[in-house]
Amino acid sequence: MGILKKFFASLFLIFLFTNNSWSKSASEFIETLSAEASNILSSKLSDDEKIMRLKEIGEQSVDIKGVGLYTLGKYRKTLNNSQKKQYEELFKDYFLKSFSGRLVGYTDAKIAVLSEEIKNEKYTIVYSKLIGTSERPEIKIDWRVYTKDPENPLIRDLVIEGLSLARTQKEEFNSIINNNDGNIEVLFENLKNFVDK
Amino acid sequence: MKRILGILTAILLIQSLIVNKSFSDEVEVKDCFEKLNRVTFALNMGLDKVIFKPVSKGYRKLPSPIRTGTSNALSNLSNLITIPNNLLQGDFGSAANNSARLLINTTLGIAGIFDPANSFGFEKRDKEDFGQTLGVMGVGEGCYLVLPVLGPSTVRDTVGSLIAMNGGDVWHNITVRDDEEYVKEFKESDYWASRVTSGIDFRAKNLEAFDAMEKNSVDLYATVRSLYLQDRKKKINNSNEKTEAMEDGDWDTLENQ
Repeated sequence: MGILKKFFASLFLIFLFTNNSWSKSASEFIETLSAEASNILSSKLSDDEKIMRLKEIGEQSVDIKGVGLYTLGKYRKTLNNSQKKQYEELFKDYFLKSFSGRLVGYTDAKIAVLSEEIKNEKYTIVYSKLIGTSERPEIKIDWRVYTKDPENPLIRDLVIEGLSLARTQKEEFNSIINNNDGNIEVLFENLKNFVDK
Repeated sequence: MKRILGILTAILLIQSLIVNKSFSDEVEVKDCFEKLNRVTFALNMGLDKVIFKPVSKGYRKLPSPIRTGTSNALSNLSNLITIPNNLLQGDFGSAANNSARLLINTTLGIAGIFDPANSFGFEKRDKEDFGQTLGVMGVGEGCYLVLPVLGPSTVRDTVGSLIAMNGGDVWHNITVRDDEEYVKEFKESDYWASRVTSGIDFRAKNLEAFDAMEKNSVDLYATVRSLYLQDRKKKINNSNEKTEAMEDGDWDTLENQ
């Protein structure tokens, strides 16, 4: 009996060990994530509930802090610590609202992962497509997955039909700052207004 | 013709000089006329709100086969610009494919309403225009421009459009310029009808995407500018297989901060 106990205990430990050390490939990560989002979008939940669930997914799977810093471009070097903290909080609220707002309209979103390309130890690009419907053509979506921590891959950019959302965001933010003599506070004001509306 | 070519050469020369002198940093958006562009953008948004969006919504209510047929016919017509540009870019395979598509779809496909060429193995390929050809030849995009009614463009793309309207577009030649020695059936109004329908067809296909963009942008003008410039770069590089937008060193810079 003691031997059996030890055997099962060892099996349990082996399972725990292998399970913890097993890292998802970037493709599997995107597959799981898109299936989860697709289930939410096609469910009978109200739009508010869908948005809440999508925000949870966004928070867990996107490197919001990294994307936020990237979108500041050359201006990220000009932030002091207090501004950096303020920006991180504002950007997170802005991003989650914008992200869930863009997605909630798609009720029949099905994504098929096609392949992946490991760029280096930090980045893997996952190639996929949004399956077309009678109302919408097939759309090519590529994901920049940040894999520095293989246990916890995070999305850093979405490239839809060759158009990078992160780059678009960066040019949008930089335009606001440039047109206000480099005053980053104006961007903060714009983000606040967006989050509050 | 000599005069037109002279003007175009002069524009290209001036443009390349201005761009090379003032904008050595390729990363920066070259929006030299931003104030004027923003005014024109606001005008276009007003026109969109009052005319194009409501008309596009009405167009969307047409039965799907009518919309598909219209879209196919317009796409077929666009081969008249795409084919010479395939040739100018040295892409003879696409030129042959698109010529076969034009021939089959115009005849068997009843003026391009149907797409039987696809069933014969001649798949639809990307559209090409003179702006893209200039880009392939190494001409820089120049300053970003917003044209009244027509929307986003660049100096290079505007020059491309001028080339099309001065002999480069067969459809424009046989309708507006009255090259009647070849085809007599078409009038100037046919050209403008095809352009307007093309714009409405595009707008109707993107109603939700535009709404979402408008709702979720903090500077819509900058968003449209960024998307237009990225899209043109992608089309010029014909980078369908690999995502050029992924090649951005700023992500690595971020890593070191």
